[in-house]
Amino acid sequence: MALAGLLWCIGALLAISVAAIPAARHRWGTPAVYGSALCASTIGLGLALASLLGGGALLGALTLPVGLPWLGAHFRLDALAAFFLVVVNLGAAGASLYGLGYGSHEEAPGRVLPFFPAFLAGMNLVVLADDAFTFLFTWELMSLTSWALVMAHHRRPGNAAAGYLYLIMASFGTLALLLAFGLLAGPAGGYAFAAIRAAPPAPGVAAAVLVLALIGAGSKAGLVPLHVWLPLAHPAAPSHVSALMSGVMTKVAVYGAVRIVFDLLGVPTWWAGALVALLGGVTAVMGVLHALMEHDLKRLLAYHTVENIGIIFIGLGLALAFGANGMRAAAALALTAALLHVFNHSVFKSLLFFGSGAVLTATGERDMERLGGLIHRMPLTAFVFLVGSAAISALPPFNGFVSEWLTFQAILVSPALPQWLLKFLVPAIGALLALSAALAAACFVKAFGVTFLGRPRSDAARQAVETDRWSLATMLILAALCLVAGILPGYFIDALAPVVRALAGAQLPRQGELDWLTIVPVAQSRSSYNGLLLFLIIAFAAGLGAEAIHRWASGVSRRSAPWDCGFPDASPATQYTAGSFSQPIRRVFGSVVFRAREEVNMPPPGDLRAAQMHVRMRDVLWDAFYAPVAGLVSYVADRLNKVQFLSIRAYLTLVFGALVTLLTVLAVWR
Amino acid sequence: MAIGLQLLVQICQMALVLALAPLFAGYVRKVKAHLLRRQGPPLAQHYRELLRLLRKDVVLADSASWVFRVAPYLIFATTWVAVSLVPTFAIGLIFSYAADVIAIVALLGSARFMLALAGLDVGTSFGGIGSSREMLIASLAEPAMLMVVFTLSLLAGSTQLSSIAASMQASDVGLRFSIALALIGLVMVALAENARIPIDNPATHLELTMVHEAMILEYSGRHLALIEAAAYLKLLLYVSVIACVFFPWGIAISGQGPAAYFAGIGVYLLKLAAGGFLLAVFETAIAKMRVFRVPDFLGAALMLGFLATLLLFVTLAG
Amino acid sequence: MDRLALDVAHLLAGGLVLVSFMLLYQDRMTGLVNNFALHALVVSLSVAWQAHIQHAPHLYITAAIALIVKAIVIPLALHRIIVQLGIHRTIETVVGIGQTMLAGIGLVALSIMVMLPITAKAGTLTQQDLAFALSVLLLGLLMMISRRNAVSQVIGFMSIENGLILAATGAKGMPLVVEISVAFSILIALIVIGVFLFRIRERFDTVDIHALHQYRGEQL
Repeated sequence: MALAGLLWCIGALLAISVAAIPAARHRWGTPAVYGSALCASTIGLGLALASLLGGGALLGALTLPVGLPWLGAHFRLDALAAFFLVVVNLGAAGASLYGLGYGSHEEAPGRVLPFFPAFLAGMNLVVLADDAFTFLFTWELMSLTSWALVMAHHRRPGNAAAGYLYLIMASFGTLALLLAFGLLAGPAGGYAFAAIRAAPPAPGVAAAVLVLALIGAGSKAGLVPLHVWLPLAHPAAPSHVSALMSGVMTKVAVYGAVRIVFDLLGVPTWWAGALVALLGGVTAVMGVLHALMEHDLKRLLAYHTVENIGIIFIGLGLALAFGANGMRAAAALALTAALLHVFNHSVFKSLLFFGSGAVLTATGERDMERLGGLIHRMPLTAFVFLVGSAAISALPPFNGFVSEWLTFQAILVSPALPQWLLKFLVPAIGALLALSAALAAACFVKAFGVTFLGRPRSDAARQAVETDRWSLATMLILAALCLVAGILPGYFIDALAPVVRALAGAQLPRQGELDWLTIVPVAQSRSSYNGLLLFLIIAFAAGLGAEAIHRWASGVSRRSAPWDCGFPDASPATQYTAGSFSQPIRRVFGSVVFRAREEVNMPPPGDLRAAQMHVRMRDVLWDAFYAPVAGLVSYVADRLNKVQFLSIRAYLTLVFGALVTLLTVLAVWR
Repeated sequence: MAIGLQLLVQICQMALVLALAPLFAGYVRKVKAHLLRRQGPPLAQHYRELLRLLRKDVVLADSASWVFRVAPYLIFATTWVAVSLVPTFAIGLIFSYAADVIAIVALLGSARFMLALAGLDVGTSFGGIGSSREMLIASLAEPAMLMVVFTLSLLAGSTQLSSIAASMQASDVGLRFSIALALIGLVMVALAENARIPIDNPATHLELTMVHEAMILEYSGRHLALIEAAAYLKLLLYVSVIACVFFPWGIAISGQGPAAYFAGIGVYLLKLAAGGFLLAVFETAIAKMRVFRVPDFLGAALMLGFLATLLLFVTLAG
Repeated sequence: MDRLALDVAHLLAGGLVLVSFMLLYQDRMTGLVNNFALHALVVSLSVAWQAHIQHAPHLYITAAIALIVKAIVIPLALHRIIVQLGIHRTIETVVGIGQTMLAGIGLVALSIMVMLPITAKAGTLTQQDLAFALSVLLLGLLMMISRRNAVSQVIGFMSIENGLILAATGAKGMPLVVEISVAFSILIALIVIGVFLFRIRERFDTVDIHALHQYRGEQL
């Protein structure tokens, strides 16, 4: 049975994790740990794929006698879990393969190797958990191991603060989930998911659970305004762990939201859909705007994770709204779009983080303002990073476009919704989605253009060398997957059908059997897309053009200094930088969203001092939500400071008082 | 056999747009010159320029990478394919189901992505300024475009250009104010996307006012020819989209036979002539905007799209 | 009522909403006044069309009054005022045009959402007219609060009045007396405001009402 096999894989990962503690001291430890993690997650990937595509034959449930004595640990492999296991194990296998090469640059393997397999195991277990206790326990395992990985380089400036913030937000999120499960289980305390499913909660309780689940899963996934830790913590980890956290762990959080909201909560209400979709739209735009203002390559990618989580939640919100109105086909469309984007994002985000890791090892720089021209030194990394950039910018024929296109198709069905609020809200969310897609393209022109194109801006960038073969192999595989999922999306949509059928009660028409591999979400006359055909015609047209020109016209080219409107070859510092590239966008959007202010100090004529420009930006969300909380906490902490300097007698009085109070409460309660 | 015939018609369309695009751009330039009481270059001037550029050697900057050399071919091919998917003289051609209007816009987005990268590749300040501004304009134009698409799909129940054209041709659409709003919005988006006045000036080479020209400053020879051809094709694309969606009269339906096709081509040419004339008049009558007025302009286009959708909801409710 | 009549009424009422947006978009005085003339013209056309399809001849008089007073007399007077005050420069807006327009879209959505369900029993025409009229009204208010210049506030005020006329004609059977008295009160309001504008300018050298606040004796 597949579930048992998967649990064995997870067991193997945990065993590797223990074995890594002594092994990390040896030079062979790194390849051994990553190699065995690669084996375990590849087997897991195979099993998950087989159970997803096997049509239900391999699915099943299992109870292990560990955990709470009266509950045991329930595990269940259904279509939804199988799909997310594919995502998790694909990312895990990729990160392990990449780690084979990248791990050799690690200065403190003892801080990474033991936690890496445990982190993989934690993510796998969350997806398999079938009772609230196991879910929360494995969720915490995932959080803590990833926290340990974030803190691997804790001496670098900023990392300790990032880890601290991550720990607080993770605890807060788990608390929300704990309360959500408490409400779901009800006074009788049926913590197994089967028991929860059998007794759906009352509407008021369901609303509370929905909000709590959004807070709990959303804080892990990076939903605005709970995203603040994510762009700090994800880049702080080693790059393959960043890829796992951004590409996979956020998806596990999405899994948590889907499991609770779609599976356990019963029939949704329409306002839940409006809320989720609106949060998604705001998250998408805020994420991409933050990313545009960012010059740190890995942090930019982390902000894009926030954006893509927003896009996924738009799809989920639409699915809820359609489902609440009994429009099952439309709900299936929206849910397919969201889940396909889950898969796509995990692929290209891993790819991009791997690329940034390659840049980091080659140059030691994450600041884009000190990079440039890497395409000459690292041609293959540049190529795969370009593919990833095109995919995340939702450009055809890559995979990011397909899922965003499906989301747009779901948005275009929205006029059929009966509620006026949704009728007006959904087009606005569509505009937000289009805005975020276009801004993402701008952002990746910046990210790729400033990092890889142009001329080197520092010596480190001038002397970069191409990365190792393991890393390149990983990135090439993922880049190929981006293209394949983009030109043959029908098969991927069909693979999602059992998941969607289980959650939305309907599924899209089978795509794999349509003529010419076109995808048709609703009807041929309504909309259709054929990535394969487009790809082939474009390749054919480009090839034809190149062939004709080189045969009949000129094929000669020669090199010379750049023209640049007749200016002589200037220093690389005169190039457009990341900051100057995003200046127009900062001026248009940032003046409102970030209260960006530019201040120019121009010395008077005759004065030889350099002119200076300062840009000030404020994070409005931080000011609104977090700064007051932080202020309150430090105020209370100041007050409580006195308690540190009491006499023994006073401490004993405190303890005694607490004891008596508790006993009184107990007496009154009874 | 039927498929072969359909394929032939599709290839005819590809050849037709490729042949027409420089002529159309030349025609607009000619009309503008006449409006300014100038003689203007001959209609065939753009062909001559393209041929001359194709025969010239390419001069590459020292710091140019393969992206710089590959980009022109990809930009040209993507734009060309995008135009071929728009109904020009006939609807329902065989490839038209490969992409709906959202995918066509996204294809143009792919071309723009490559072009903006090429602008950054050499590492000069002008290329950067062009890329940065182009991406700003695009990021504002795309939501506006989507709202127009939303309005059209609300009316026609489809995002497929052929289906939209067919449903607009059927006269039960009536006199809808939303259509006019969507048309204005789409025209504004088209002006911005094609670097026309008042957003950008295709004729300028003043460094600080150009957007499109700044990006392609380092290009020469056959590369420049391809990018210029892609720009002509893109202009033709937007005019064709406007013509087939808002003025679908006289368009042939796939499978009607050569006579209908030729009639369709004739009507299409007439529409192009009218569209080009109006464009030239508009461009002559209006001044170029500052770059930071463009967000207001495109914001107005977005607002028109929204308003069109809202008003349509009102009529559909009634 | 046939389809075409309905479509034209929709066209005109929708056009009025659009012109209201154009008022928000304008940032020059002369353009603003010309735009207001267009606003009044569309209102009078709309009223005339209502008169035609409702067979209510007294509405023609309303249309004529709107045309003469608001599309011709008041704009001419405002042009004179602007020239005499020498303020044909850019308007200072309190918030940016983009945000104002976004807020405007929100207001239109709000008024449609409010009006359509509660007028569901009324005819299609009334339903549309009321929704659009409320939009015009709210947009006029938005214009008044988002502009600092006294002249543009006057124009915002008068565009609100146009919205009221649209609502009244759509609701079938507004007494002529009401319209005439409203028109006159608007005219008198204009005269009073015009006089005040000159007084303000003489006294403070500006018509930016922001400048008046410092004389109010209380802090902003």
